[in-house]
Amino acid sequence: MLAKTHLDCQGDKLSLFFSKCVSSNGSGAKRGILSATIKGEESRLDRELEIELARRLLAGEDRAVEHFVEHFRAKIFHYSWLMCGQREDAEEVAQETMLKTFESFHQLRDPARVRPWVFRIAKNVCLTKRRKSIFAPNTAQEISLDELMPSRASRDGRMKLEIADWSNVPEDQLLKAELKVELEAAIRTLPEIYRSVILLRDAEELSTAEVAQILDVTDDVVKTRLHRARLAVRKQLDERLRTAKTEVAL
Amino acid sequence: MKAQETSERCKEIFGILSQYLDMELPPASCQELESHLEGCRPCIEFLESLRKSISLCREYSPSELPMPLSEEARHELKKAYDKMLSAREMPAAPGTADADLSSRTRSSTC
Repeated sequence: MLAKTHLDCQGDKLSLFFSKCVSSNGSGAKRGILSATIKGEESRLDRELEIELARRLLAGEDRAVEHFVEHFRAKIFHYSWLMCGQREDAEEVAQETMLKTFESFHQLRDPARVRPWVFRIAKNVCLTKRRKSIFAPNTAQEISLDELMPSRASRDGRMKLEIADWSNVPEDQLLKAELKVELEAAIRTLPEIYRSVILLRDAEELSTAEVAQILDVTDDVVKTRLHRARLAVRKQLDERLRTAKTEVAL
Repeated sequence: MKAQETSERCKEIFGILSQYLDMELPPASCQELESHLEGCRPCIEFLESLRKSISLCREYSPSELPMPLSEEARHELKKAYDKMLSAREMPAAPGTADADLSSRTRSSTC
């Protein structure tokens, strides 16, 4: 059973209502951070829908082709748009991925695994496309944890972090729209090894194990890269929030 | 001296915050982290900013949409599916056993 804690920082709306501790018997340990949100529910329904479509396709029901393409093509386009950088490339990757998916659909043994299976194909199509591109940037760049730590200042004998005020995020819709532009830029500037992980794990809500299989790395590598990618994105958003505050003050 | 110690512990915590938020930490580390959080406001503030940042990533939907699929492309996909179905009806040639994601080799192209 998950322990309940409540660390309330008076007036700052900084509350941790539930402990994130893994239960000692292991049950319920893998629940995601936002599993109870509307987005979480949409995501669950999304997965149920695609599993059902995969079942119908395996059963030879060709009417499911149209729905399957409609469902996955946009997802693959978004992933490859941020991975490849060019709109035309993303369109091509989406079509090529759909084509390869149908050509080898009989190889999908378990319909429940259809999402990671399709994304693995997309990842390989993206890689091939990028290898052919003379503009492909260096992808092996690592991000160090130290450079992602916020600065600290000592005020009145107490340590204080130099971070922005996040209290209105994401409730303030205008701020949220501005941050969306910044978020996209932050994801785009991540080195590829981090970008792919954050897109698959957070945007597509695949599990750590699924992302590890898609990218041919271990679970620990996924966790490390995901954490650094999130910290890098957080840092960029934080800088934007601080700039916004300065602009308002002026 | 106390601030120094706190700072060192904060650095250790900093490296595992995502695992904490994803509920992937072992119980002992998790409890240690939470007892640190109880007395460290900077870490709570940072954790909250990270949690909100992840929340934005999860809600993110790109501004660009793919172009509508052409009739030709649609036909090509349907043809690939039909071809796969027909091939499936045929007896498999030796050495071409099916495989899903979990049983693929690492050099596989899909």
